[in-house]
Amino acid sequence: MKLLLSWLNEYGDFGDPTDEAAVARASEALTSLGMEVESIDPIGDTVDGVVTARILRLESHPDAAKVQRVYVDAGDGEERHVWCGADNISADDIVPLATLGTTMPNGMTIERRGILGIDSEGMLCSAQELGLGEDHSGIRLLPSQTPLGMPYGDALGITPDVLIEINATRNRPDAWGYVGVARDLAAKMNVAFRPPEPVFDAVGDVRTPPVEIVDGDRCARFTSTVLSGVRVVESADWMQRRLTAAGMRPISNVVDVSNYVMLELNQPNHAYDVETLGGGGFRIRLASEGEHLMTLDEIDRTLSSDDLLICDADDTPIGVGGVMGGLDSEISDSTTTVALEMAWFQPVGIGRTVTRTGLRSEASQRFERGVDPFGMPNAITRFAELLAETCPDLVLHAGGSDERSANLPDENRSVDVRISNVNRILGTSLSSDDLAPLLDPIGYIVSGTGDTRTVQLPTWRLDSTAEIDVIEEIARHHGYDKLGSTVPKPPDHGGLTVRQQRRREIRQVLLGLGINEAMPNPFLAPDTLAKAGLPGDALRITNPLVSDESVLRTSQRPGLLRAVAFNESHRRTGVALFEIGHVYPPAEGELPGEYEQLTVVLAGAEAPAAMSVWRELTAALGGGARIDQSKVPAGLHATRSATLQAGKEPLGAVGEVAPDVLAAFDVTERVAILEVDLDQFLAREPKATQWKPTSRFPSSDLDVSLVVADEIPAEKAEKAVRQGAGKFLVDLDLFDNYRNPEQPGQRALGYRVRLQAPDRNLTDADIAEIRRGIEAAATKLGAEMRS
Amino acid sequence: MISDITAARDAALAHIAQASSPDDVAAMTTRYAGKKGELAGLKKQLGSLESIDEKKAAGAAINEAIATVDAALDERRTAVAAAAVAAQVEAERLDLTEYIGKPARGHAHLVTQAWERLEDVFVGMGFRVAEGPEVETDWHNFEALNMGEGHPARGEFDTLFVDHVAPGGQPGSTLLRTHTSPVQIRTMLDQAPPIYIIAPGRVFRRDTPDATHMPVFHQIEGLVVDRDISMADLAGTIDAFTKAFFGKSWSSRLRPDYFPFTEPSAEFDIQRPDGSWIELGGCGMVHPNVLRAGGIDPEEYSGFAFGFGIDRMALMRHGVDDLRAMYADDMRFVEQF
Repeated sequence: MKLLLSWLNEYGDFGDPTDEAAVARASEALTSLGMEVESIDPIGDTVDGVVTARILRLESHPDAAKVQRVYVDAGDGEERHVWCGADNISADDIVPLATLGTTMPNGMTIERRGILGIDSEGMLCSAQELGLGEDHSGIRLLPSQTPLGMPYGDALGITPDVLIEINATRNRPDAWGYVGVARDLAAKMNVAFRPPEPVFDAVGDVRTPPVEIVDGDRCARFTSTVLSGVRVVESADWMQRRLTAAGMRPISNVVDVSNYVMLELNQPNHAYDVETLGGGGFRIRLASEGEHLMTLDEIDRTLSSDDLLICDADDTPIGVGGVMGGLDSEISDSTTTVALEMAWFQPVGIGRTVTRTGLRSEASQRFERGVDPFGMPNAITRFAELLAETCPDLVLHAGGSDERSANLPDENRSVDVRISNVNRILGTSLSSDDLAPLLDPIGYIVSGTGDTRTVQLPTWRLDSTAEIDVIEEIARHHGYDKLGSTVPKPPDHGGLTVRQQRRREIRQVLLGLGINEAMPNPFLAPDTLAKAGLPGDALRITNPLVSDESVLRTSQRPGLLRAVAFNESHRRTGVALFEIGHVYPPAEGELPGEYEQLTVVLAGAEAPAAMSVWRELTAALGGGARIDQSKVPAGLHATRSATLQAGKEPLGAVGEVAPDVLAAFDVTERVAILEVDLDQFLAREPKATQWKPTSRFPSSDLDVSLVVADEIPAEKAEKAVRQGAGKFLVDLDLFDNYRNPEQPGQRALGYRVRLQAPDRNLTDADIAEIRRGIEAAATKLGAEMRS
Repeated sequence: MISDITAARDAALAHIAQASSPDDVAAMTTRYAGKKGELAGLKKQLGSLESIDEKKAAGAAINEAIATVDAALDERRTAVAAAAVAAQVEAERLDLTEYIGKPARGHAHLVTQAWERLEDVFVGMGFRVAEGPEVETDWHNFEALNMGEGHPARGEFDTLFVDHVAPGGQPGSTLLRTHTSPVQIRTMLDQAPPIYIIAPGRVFRRDTPDATHMPVFHQIEGLVVDRDISMADLAGTIDAFTKAFFGKSWSSRLRPDYFPFTEPSAEFDIQRPDGSWIELGGCGMVHPNVLRAGGIDPEEYSGFAFGFGIDRMALMRHGVDDLRAMYADDMRFVEQF
């Protein structure tokens, strides 16, 4: 909402527009009331040095076809000569003259300059050159009686003003009209509030346009008043100036008054020509599905059975109720009698029509928030009063229609307000008697005595229905800045849950391993999961922005592979990334099977690199899983991947991304990958690791080499060594995995076994026995031990 | 005799002075020092001396010579060892600015960095951290937050809907949460007051990506519900947070605004030490209808809630002027932080 300060000042003295400090005070008061000031724009500045002058005579010059010589009198008795290219001027016209030394809005300075050796002593100005509009077709002519030598701004009645744009919140329908803003502001700034009190007697014969409200849910009140003696002409200058400043194009007195009343009183309205109004009345009904109407903006609208239509009494649609009139319902230059509509529409219904049709108007914005259902009589009188300024013969006819439905809000609504509750919510120490001075000025009328007062709610604040709404008004007018500042004391200490602590720990481990955190888009294209070799069963967004972002991920893998490909394409290979975030597989139930996942991708690395990340994580966080290579997770390299199996449930996957998936994602490097279900992994709270005393006796190392068939996992070989070595084993390292090309199908696994006794030195006999034990275990496994 | 002793001592001292390595000193120690050394050997000649006095004098002279030589050896040993270390150190000189290799640490996402900093401040103020699902029911995201079906404010959230249908539920009632407020509802339903939580998390809006909008972004909300919680407590908490997170010379203010789920509602601004203001987020007293939806009697308890963007904290801190850059997973960006 844009507010012209001089206009607002009509309803209270809020500050001189030329006084910067006063404007700032008003602006701060608006913001402190919740009508946030978005911008303050000074308007109506005039160009210094441009004065009124009368044209004495015009002369053409034989060598200058496009310009003529103009002699002017600027009131100082001197005759000045200027060159001028415009052809809309003649002798005795009063025109704006930019005198020598004037700096024009475009930056040009008027200098003594010559054409054909004859100097020009100034410049005659067009409207555009003075910043008065777009018109550049000729010199801006001034009224003929204008005194000479005065600033042109004075001649045109231009005064410096300020346009304040406020952001009215949804709970403030009244802030969409000047009077509503002024009422609030006057109360805050403690100045007198002067609402318009229009006087215009209905004296004409009784004329009652027939009105039938078919859908009373959507239209709860419809008034129609006949005004005759209308003469369609231009509005008065002052009204045109105000509407223009407010961003509305002046059209004619009837349309301008209609807009003016809407802006002033927040009551949208529409005037129809009675002559062209079928049946001379109105019928308000829902549209039938697919019904058409050409709206004022010359767009053919197809309506639904949820849109409200204003029809004439013959049932021909003439407007979308509360949104926009029909093109054919416009009044014409020959209109002499109008039926003035002022109505109240159900806000939610207006909202639905606006959302569906995308048609948004000054009227719909107001109805959507809820205008005053009882403001019509005052607005009708105001309309007549304003229109009479340009229509001296205007007659307001008695007997206007006023149809209401049961859905009309109550005129008398009140709530009880307990001072104890006010103080509990606001932290104030107000007394009951403090309420009336805060509330009465804004139309919340306080009555009663004692600790609970009755507050009558204003009809223009339909958002207010309960005690808490009144408490908010009290807070606004008491001042948010006066509410105090205390810090409540939580009864308990703050902290992170085990799960949150473990999540942070995972991140620390991964960052320490040199892996970077990524956050790719969780929305996928419909074919992305298939491209990643993953099952296509996924949830879809029913109203996606673009179809490429319409599928909810069931895996973080696609997003991270895209990130790897992106970096590769920017000459960054070997990228290591991880993501901790939610995935959303479908599931039965109130909500889908959303859970938290960790995925690590290591570009340019092979599967063991992912295994090593997994080992670091389990070493740091506890827990673990069986590496089950018999279950290859979908989309992963069939011979280099495994399911992480924790008990019966899969906990995740480890290995390498399948080559065809890499190709589909335009990734040229190998990618090692680790995926972990964090809902499972984070939920466990492992016991603290218990201390194992270290021995003070020397340790001995024993290297053994086991020749193991490829079918037997090294995990099993390691287990055999561990078992065979028995209680003196303190450390075990796989240090070699030699595959002799001459002996395919097997490999030699070299283990370094560190042995130590807690209470004595180990003897050669001990070592020999341990060696035999390992050999026996290896044999049992089907492996051969070599020394 | 005495002169022989003196000569032997001087010869030994001269020799020791020339020792240039620990090995030299060791060899000389064997040769000169102690009871088996050359000087001690002179004692064998004592028998050839006539008088007791001469023997005593010569014996004393020998002992003194041994002591002198031992001292010289000790001194030389130390000096030679120090010289050896000095020579080694000198030979091993490195230019530490001659650095080969790349920094190896991983970089946490900027959102995570801001998120954890925020969590830490609130945890220090006595808050717990609550979490909840990102795919939500219409009830938790809107209805329970005083935005029933058809509430005009719903339109402002640009909600993304998901095709999941709960058993017996209506299509179109599952959505991607537009704020972390559903976590507040879930917390109130789970736990009796007093409640002091923050709910950081990922939220979704149907917004076309641009420099300041992403369809997926992050928010942090706070909720306090206790007996006699007032708007002054809200103002004080916001101010305490402002000072803890941004610095002691920052301050904050509340000014009226509108949200369906709080009343009175406020926008909160923070003020830089230079006096300029930044609009940070929304807050207010939890609406009685919201408390009721959370199973809490608004006559017994009151509360406040606040919320603001995490992403913007990250952008502001690091001077990033395009939100999209933060989500590109481009290593040229990631490695800067």
